[in-house]
Amino acid sequence: MTGGRRLKGAADRVVPPSGFTARLTQFTAAAMAFLAVFALALSLAAGRLAERWSSELARTATVRISAPAGQMEAQTEAVVRVLEATPGVARVRVLSAADEQALLEPWLGPGLSLESLPVPQLVEIIESAEGFDATGLRLRLQAEAPGAVLDDHSRWRQPLVAAAARLRMLGLVSALLIAAATGAMITLAADSALAANREVIRVLRLIGARDSYIIRAFVHRFTLRTLGGALLGTLLGMSAVLLLPGPGGGGFLTGLQPQGAEWFWYLLIPPVSALVAFLATRLAALRALRGIT
Amino acid sequence: MIELTDISYGYDGGELFSRISMEIGPGSFHFLTGPSGAGKTTLLRLCYMDLMPSGGRISVFGREVGAMSRDDIAAARRRIGVVHQDCRFLDHLPVIENIALPLEVAARRPEPENLEALLAWVGLSARAQALPPELSGGERQRAALARAVIMSPEVIIADEPTGNIDWEMSERLLELLIELNRMGRAVLIATHDLNLIRAAKARVSARVLRIRDRRLQAAGAEL
Ligand SMILES: Nc1ncnc2c1ncn2[C@@H]1O[C@H](COP(=O)(O)OP(=O)(O)O)[C@@H](O)[C@H]1O
Ligand SMILES: [Mg+2]
Repeated sequence: MTGGRRLKGAADRVVPPSGFTARLTQFTAAAMAFLAVFALALSLAAGRLAERWSSELARTATVRISAPAGQMEAQTEAVVRVLEATPGVARVRVLSAADEQALLEPWLGPGLSLESLPVPQLVEIIESAEGFDATGLRLRLQAEAPGAVLDDHSRWRQPLVAAAARLRMLGLVSALLIAAATGAMITLAADSALAANREVIRVLRLIGARDSYIIRAFVHRFTLRTLGGALLGTLLGMSAVLLLPGPGGGGFLTGLQPQGAEWFWYLLIPPVSALVAFLATRLAALRALRGIT
Repeated sequence: MIELTDISYGYDGGELFSRISMEIGPGSFHFLTGPSGAGKTTLLRLCYMDLMPSGGRISVFGREVGAMSRDDIAAARRRIGVVHQDCRFLDHLPVIENIALPLEVAARRPEPENLEALLAWVGLSARAQALPPELSGGERQRAALARAVIMSPEVIIADEPTGNIDWEMSERLLELLIELNRMGRAVLIATHDLNLIRAAKARVSARVLRIRDRRLQAAGAEL
């Protein structure tokens, strides 16, 4: 048992310690993990926003009818007829006077009598998943009910949803770039360590070490260093994210805090960093061994 | 166990050997001699697969070296103990760990008693915890010999083992190598020191090979 541990310790020690490279690797891994936390937070928050905007708002639209009192009923009926015949419209609801009063109350105050005001009639449209053709509907409404105006929220919402989706993509691309930069950095560090220890590797090969033994000695070291650094960086990054104002303040910036299952993605940062270090060091070691018999 | 057939080799400069053949059989004792720069070290490196010949065949423990994988070469090297001309230690590990390193890389556990006996045999018990750069020339050579024999190799190759040490220490090293040969190991020593060869011939039946004019000849009576 102690012999096993002794051997394992020795396997790690065949590569001479290099405090400076070790600390640099650790620091860079920590910095990268810290950045990755923010890239992820940005991406997740943007994704959440895009989803909410498109699901909460995208599926409804309104038709507003302003007509002289005598024509109101006829035009409303015409609008409903047109809507019911329009593909992509799932449901049509004519708002009652009480509904409208409730809508207006916050602005106009309670006890308001709608009869005394030229309030337009509102018709709510619930879209089906595929949505309707707004331009075609507008033309038909114009023909059938000249007082009807289609208010299609998704017109002005669309660019926002697209922007949020693009922001999410940017966050993901940043996270990938950070992983790639980590790989590049570990490759440079491993290359330099392998070059500095070329003589050690030669001695090990000459006394009968397999390539796998030598690779393991380097890979072990760099993977552990990176894992340690990434753990620290992730922890610091997440603390910083948690210190941001929480949800409730409203707006995008306050929505950066992870929610529910999203924590899982942050927990992936240290193991993914370690995996990147593992692969980068392995490739570097295989390359270095090619020139040594 | 190591068989060279029609070997040619040269660095970028020119051909160092041309079609030479040699066989190291079980329990044999060979000296390889020739002036400095003749190619002794090069020939030994071919024997332990550190160099590949430009022509001819080398077979080690019955297998063609050209057809061996890197892992096969590692496995074969565990059966050949080498004392390198410049010793080559890991300078950050103490002597005792350097000596045990072949076991370590073969994932075998050093027996503390064996390790101590080996250290005593080469007279380094007191230097076990020293770092290689702290050793004298003779101590380095003996530590290198201890590392070369720790795996109980079938063949021991020593390149100028008495290179820069005094005569008394040289005799002691030679004595250790002869002892190993009596225990059944094949021994191949490269040296330009004819006194060493003469001292050995009095005690063991050794063949002497000399590199001359890119060929290998048996040297005999003139020694
Ligand atoms: N790695 C090398 N690259 C180029 N030339 C070399 C190399 N090693 C040795 N030589 C040359 O090959 C010749 C033989 O060297 P070596 O085998 O070391 O001879 P010896 O051990 O008999 O002194 C020498 O001329 C030496 O300069
Ligand atoms: Mg030499």
